[in-house]
Amino acid sequence: MSNIRSNFPPSNGAAHTNGHTAATPAVVCRGVTKTYGKGSSAVFALRGVDLRVAPGELLMLVGPSGCGKTTLISIVAGVLDHDDGECIVYGQNLKSMSNAERTEFRGKTVGFVFQSFNLIPTLTVAENIAVPLLIAGSSRAEAIDRSRDILGRVGMGDRWNSRPAQLSGGQQQRVAIARSLIHHPRLIVCDEPTSALDHKTGHDVMQLMREVALASGQSLIVVTHDARIFEFADRIARMDDGRIESIDTPGRAMAASHGAVP
Amino acid sequence: MMAVALKMLFGDRAKYFGIVMGVTLASMVITQQGAIFIGIMTRTYGTVTDTGQGDIWVMDPKVQQIEDIKPMQDTELYRVRGIQGVGWALPLYKGLIRARLDNGQFQNCNILGLDDATLTGGPPGMVEGSLADLRRADAIIVDEISANTRLARPSPTPGGRPIPLKVGDTLELNDHRAVVVGIGRSTRTFQSLPVIHTTYGRATAFVPKERKLLSFVLVKAAPGVDVESLRRRIEITTGLSALTNQHFKDKTVDYFIRNTGIPINFGIAVGLGFLIGTVITGFMFYNFTLDNLRYFGTLKAMGASDATLLGMVILQSLVVGAIGCGLGIGIAALFGARMANTPLAFQMPWQLLAVAALAVAIICVLSAVLSIRKVISLEPAVVFKG
Repeated sequence: MSNIRSNFPPSNGAAHTNGHTAATPAVVCRGVTKTYGKGSSAVFALRGVDLRVAPGELLMLVGPSGCGKTTLISIVAGVLDHDDGECIVYGQNLKSMSNAERTEFRGKTVGFVFQSFNLIPTLTVAENIAVPLLIAGSSRAEAIDRSRDILGRVGMGDRWNSRPAQLSGGQQQRVAIARSLIHHPRLIVCDEPTSALDHKTGHDVMQLMREVALASGQSLIVVTHDARIFEFADRIARMDDGRIESIDTPGRAMAASHGAVP
Repeated sequence: MMAVALKMLFGDRAKYFGIVMGVTLASMVITQQGAIFIGIMTRTYGTVTDTGQGDIWVMDPKVQQIEDIKPMQDTELYRVRGIQGVGWALPLYKGLIRARLDNGQFQNCNILGLDDATLTGGPPGMVEGSLADLRRADAIIVDEISANTRLARPSPTPGGRPIPLKVGDTLELNDHRAVVVGIGRSTRTFQSLPVIHTTYGRATAFVPKERKLLSFVLVKAAPGVDVESLRRRIEITTGLSALTNQHFKDKTVDYFIRNTGIPINFGIAVGLGFLIGTVITGFMFYNFTLDNLRYFGTLKAMGASDATLLGMVILQSLVVGAIGCGLGIGIAALFGARMANTPLAFQMPWQLLAVAALAVAIICVLSAVLSIRKVISLEPAVVFKG
């Protein structure tokens, strides 16, 4: 995969350091717990998760439905509070932040790619991609210029004025990836990014993410059930019942998913 | 982000038109019914409007409104004239009289008797003839609308259009011959009865004899005299009621509001318009927000603050409110314009437009509040729930 990264120079490599050394982990979770509901109806989604993600790493979270994958990336992305433990993203302890600080943190530090794309259907492709910049306060003209630029990088420069409904699933996911990258977040969280796509399109989308995101030094956490994309991961964390059971290399994980651990 | 909010709004055309229609319906009903109510209330004091050349109306203290005549003795006119600060004081007769039409039917009419010497208080405009023609024998001036409708002569052919009353025609007023010498423009009255202007002397000759015949004394303050202090002085000196034009209008409107079911009827119509508008708009707007909740959640996850989302929802609400209000008022105005030459009372002062805009603003706020609560309480984590 390293040959892919070299094709895309970091777009704002200086910004990525932001006072932290290269050794500063992107994500550190220690004993993170999360429970939904109370009393007899309580559901223990996370039962003490320890996780470390390095800058520039692509980590995949895999496991059966209900094992806590989505809860974990929601906490890491700062969209969900955890109950106990510690979750530090690029040196910032999420627990100690107010809601407003966490909102600002998300806007600057986190990019999102969703299973169902979540592109606003009434906006054009360029406008959808521009949204994170508009939230950050950029002018519309500047945001559209930059979104058209990044559209070229994901191979869709000619579709800037299309509506999401006019695009295929793979194209929509490319747009979503462009949207997640435009404001140069240091962490990108992806929830089942290939589940709505066929095998080839899913493969292309993951390759694009590796090329564009990791080339810029961003860290990716990808939640997936799709064993066909394991090859794109640096490491694969297998979750079950609210815990991380194991963290493997892609080779071991793929072998495990086929029933044989080398 | 406000441009994004507007694109979200305009992009969902079905919902957008639905919300706008709700606001339009509400503002149209509120404006149209309000305009008719104001039109009717304006007609209640039509005579005061048309005969407002003086500053003060002097009348019996028991008079409750312009149609409620309690005649005074003619000597009251001279008492008023004797008060310091009175520039001029003139008699005015106002009463009802029966006109016998060519087809033998009778028509009740308002008759106004003007000061014989000055003819002050005549119709505000003349279509045909002149006010001075009232000095001719048996002369009367008839209002234009009645000349074409209620006082018109029957068509010589069955089912044909009636022939408008014109200058030179005669009417029989309470067994007296009256000659039409002019057609004037008068404000329609509450009862929409024909308005006949003549001289004070002739009017009191036409109507049945009574001991007291003076309906009002019209007073003009002398130059430099404060009207309000003169009004008080007249009341103290004569024991009569003295009201400025505006006071008399207000008193008349107040009487109709207190003693008739008109405000309740129109209030119910306006209230229903408001309620239906609020329900339709609120439901559609809330539905629109629910449909877009996923995208609001996405924006929130991507770093949009509550204030930004709040601003987006409020902007969407204000825009549909402004467009709907404009359309509603426009439709009501068109309706009013189409009805201009009909008996329908319709007045659209700016205050009514302000009230309609305020009502729409309240509808929008109520509609937005539900949506805002939903958006603000939205957990950004919903974006991962598929």
